Amino acid sequence: MEPQTIIARRIARELRSGMLVNLGIGIPTLVANHLPAGIQVFFQSENGLIGTGAVPEEGMAHPTLTDAAGRPVTALPGACTFDSAMSFGLIRGGHLDLTVLGGLQVDQTGLLANWTIPKKMVPGMGGAMDLVSGAKRVIVAMQHTAKGNPKIMKKCTLPVTATRRVDLVVTEMAVIAFPDGRATLMETGPGVSVAQITAATQAELVIPDRVPEMTL
Amino acid sequence: MQTVSLEKSVAMIPDGASVMIGGFMAVGTPERVIDEIVRQNKRDLTVIANDTAMPGRGIGKLVTAKLLRKVIASHIGLNPETQKQMMAGEMEVELVPQGTLIERIRAGGFGLGGILTQTGVGTPVEEGKQRIEVNGKTYLLELALRADFALVHAFLADYLGNLGYALTARNFNPVIAMGADKVIACADNIVPVGVISPDHVVTPAPVVDYLVANPS
Repeated sequence: MEPQTIIARRIARELRSGMLVNLGIGIPTLVANHLPAGIQVFFQSENGLIGTGAVPEEGMAHPTLTDAAGRPVTALPGACTFDSAMSFGLIRGGHLDLTVLGGLQVDQTGLLANWTIPKKMVPGMGGAMDLVSGAKRVIVAMQHTAKGNPKIMKKCTLPVTATRRVDLVVTEMAVIAFPDGRATLMETGPGVSVAQITAATQAELVIPDRVPEMTL
Repeated sequence: MQTVSLEKSVAMIPDGASVMIGGFMAVGTPERVIDEIVRQNKRDLTVIANDTAMPGRGIGKLVTAKLLRKVIASHIGLNPETQKQMMAGEMEVELVPQGTLIERIRAGGFGLGGILTQTGVGTPVEEGKQRIEVNGKTYLLELALRADFALVHAFLADYLGNLGYALTARNFNPVIAMGADKVIACADNIVPVGVISPDHVVTPAPVVDYLVANPS
């Protein structure tokens, strides 16, 4: 299975019916493709839509129905649209149950860096800082390493996105949570050993006696 | 409220003006007004908008034509030309978290001096800003934003200037319509007064100064 698919499928298992969920660009977007049967959630696009549906069929794109990356989407029955002030009121005001975002680095206390590599990548933070500061639950979806270098660090070398700590990091190798502010290995990826995970992780990981393998 | 020609509406904007522009990745941007600004070669503009779109679309056309002195936006990542001009020091870029940007504009239009938000605390966004503690939580004081002009794209208008929007083309439009000294609205459909149900008016006519048609 592709790393992205493992990550998306594992995160999809965190969704519960009735949740309002915001998916970031990249791997997070794939989570919507793996929604467990019988689960109905509200997906928000921060450009002003709740009830975001799948990418439209060829020729069915509507010029004013787009996602936060400006790409055509569909709206499900029961969808609603609103302006950007309402959209971020939903995000900051405690109405958003879950945000799933990509990550460049996460440190061993759960601080996330995902918006800039100074002097190299300066795209602007968009909604990332509001999402991490404001959502009730924050899940980071990212590959465990970048070109062989660890992304789960003792301390982020890149500027952080918020002082609020994330709740869960899901990679193709591991699920990591932060009880008491300490990175703790909750699950291993399919066919991945604890030793492989610690070797690919710079952060000090708390390893419980028994670490189950992810169910996908 | 006056209905004006496209040419006249843009002729009112002097070089060096500050201009709020609606749109999210060019969806909901008054494209016709943008084209006329390029044609009339308005220079040294300060643009306040969510993003700078992409080359060849929306605000991206103003960037490519090098008409901007400064941009205040949340995201410039899909427009390499913006990043190039920023790195070369040809254009100043102030990056603002999206929820903070829209709230600063809302504050400017709603008669507030600024807003308190937790977004940006402990990040580079905090530099030069006042921290304020309220009930044990730390907030940043973010100041109100106003502009000389707002360029609004609407789906529907009547001849009084009441405006309605379509789907995700709403985004920043109704908020910037409150935040500028002169509001130029460009509408896809202009209907007789009384046709739009009062419940469907999003921007009330008295805040709109000039109406331009956007024939399809």
